[in-house]
Amino acid sequence: MSGAVRPVVRIQADDFDTASEIAALTTGRSDIGAVVTFSGLCRDEAGRLAALELEHYPGMAEAEIGRIAAEAAERWPLQGVTVIHRYGRIKPGDNIVLVVTASTHRQAAFEAASFLMDYLKSRAPFWKKEHGVDGSEGGWVDAKEADDEAAARWRR
Amino acid sequence: MKLVYFAWVRERIGKPYEDVDLPAHVTTVTELLSWLRSRGEEYEHALQHPKIIRVAIDQEHVGHDEPIAGAREIALFPPMTGG
Repeated sequence: MSGAVRPVVRIQADDFDTASEIAALTTGRSDIGAVVTFSGLCRDEAGRLAALELEHYPGMAEAEIGRIAAEAAERWPLQGVTVIHRYGRIKPGDNIVLVVTASTHRQAAFEAASFLMDYLKSRAPFWKKEHGVDGSEGGWVDAKEADDEAAARWRR
Repeated sequence: MKLVYFAWVRERIGKPYEDVDLPAHVTTVTELLSWLRSRGEEYEHALQHPKIIRVAIDQEHVGHDEPIAGAREIALFPPMTGG
């Protein structure tokens, strides 16, 4: 089963629709018993933030997420995997990232989704810059050590 | 050799990319970073803590020991904050 699934990876400025991404993986098949989705949204940081600006490395963003998704498909018996990551200016409450994993049973779907997010955080070439409600251009968001540690727990 | 920069590395150096002719003694990522730092204060500012700079050769992550011979595009950037 491993290697049979072809990950769907999209890097886009536009929003996505979670329900239609689930449907795209499940419609017309009856072998999937579990679908896990993770959505990452932009926070307002207690009212301080007007928007996040996401810079990315075109080409590498697709390639690196593709490599991470392929590894997930190799490690867990998945019947579908979709990763969508947005770039550009994103307002609080709006979507940033979507991970969908589909499998026969829930454990593989949960674990693969968690692995994908942990790896995306520390290896996908995206950078967040804050824009304040007072019109100020805030700084670049610092990478968190906790994110590196979260990724490290999946190392074999 | 094409160098590309992202996020605060790009802002501090003041350009998104450039083509450079590397001296023959620059053969690894570590040597590239220290050679770049000697090119001016904007580079020194961007790369003053070289250990935290992440590097990709031809759009794949590499460590600082990596040889750069044959690379078409080398990217320098801060730790990533996507997801």
